[in-house]
Amino acid sequence: MKFNLASFGAGLLFGIGLLVSGMANPEKVLGFLDIAGQWDPSLAFVMGGAILVGLFAFTVAKQRTTSFLGFDMRLPASDRLDKRLVIGSLLFGAGWGLAGFCPGPGLVALGAGKSGALVFVVAMVAGMGLFEVIEKNRARN
Amino acid sequence: MIEIAWDNFTPWSALAGGIIIGLSAAGFILLNGRIAGISGILGGLLVPQKRDVFWRIAFLAGMFVAPLLWMMTAELPPIEIKASYPVLVAAGLLVGIGTRYGSGCTSGHGVCGLSRLSARSLIATLTFMVAGFVTVYIIRHLITGA
Repeated sequence: MKFNLASFGAGLLFGIGLLVSGMANPEKVLGFLDIAGQWDPSLAFVMGGAILVGLFAFTVAKQRTTSFLGFDMRLPASDRLDKRLVIGSLLFGAGWGLAGFCPGPGLVALGAGKSGALVFVVAMVAGMGLFEVIEKNRARN
Repeated sequence: MIEIAWDNFTPWSALAGGIIIGLSAAGFILLNGRIAGISGILGGLLVPQKRDVFWRIAFLAGMFVAPLLWMMTAELPPIEIKASYPVLVAAGLLVGIGTRYGSGCTSGHGVCGLSRLSARSLIATLTFMVAGFVTVYIIRHLITGA
């Protein structure tokens, strides 16, 4: 119960942060990605602000084996720099640049009732499903 | 040369929103011991594991509810989606499959990964940023010619 409540709270705060920062707006994100046009550096400030806080939190987290609510501390263990990481990130970046949406802002814009966000989120979930299907087939062969 | 769009640049609200996002990621790792990576949280629902479903829905519901709560007290900031539906479909498919192969997106790699000084996340973030720059360059300056 505590775990789910904290999850809901974190999601809510994340969504509010995206709205405050302007990053729920795809046009704002595209303004950052358009370095050859009129460039809007705002996204870099969002990342900077988030990482500033994150640096402290993750420094503390790394020194613990359990969270402050007593759950396992699950930090990613992998440090492999492989093809999957790079190709996956290339595909993601291409999709991000196409419409200005990454997963978080897509969900927030969906909550705001935008029909375009619904189209994006449904396609994104389909893309994730495609990944599972491909991986399952590869494991079988 | 890079020209700054001073009329659109919003450094203070960007910084404030970024700090709120950082607090969310900080709270999530310190209270629950998990990474606030949206694509991972959502993707995990497609292969549901026992006792690993409800918290994911709770997190995503929080994000979905954020604009609804906002609208009760204030006017929502602009959300302009100019891409056509076919482009949004292509974008969604690429983002969905790409984030799962790359094990993360702007939140998991960009915010959390860089905060914990992960080389893997740095490579991922640089890669998707460059891919985003190139894609927008092609669309706005090579195809559209604006």
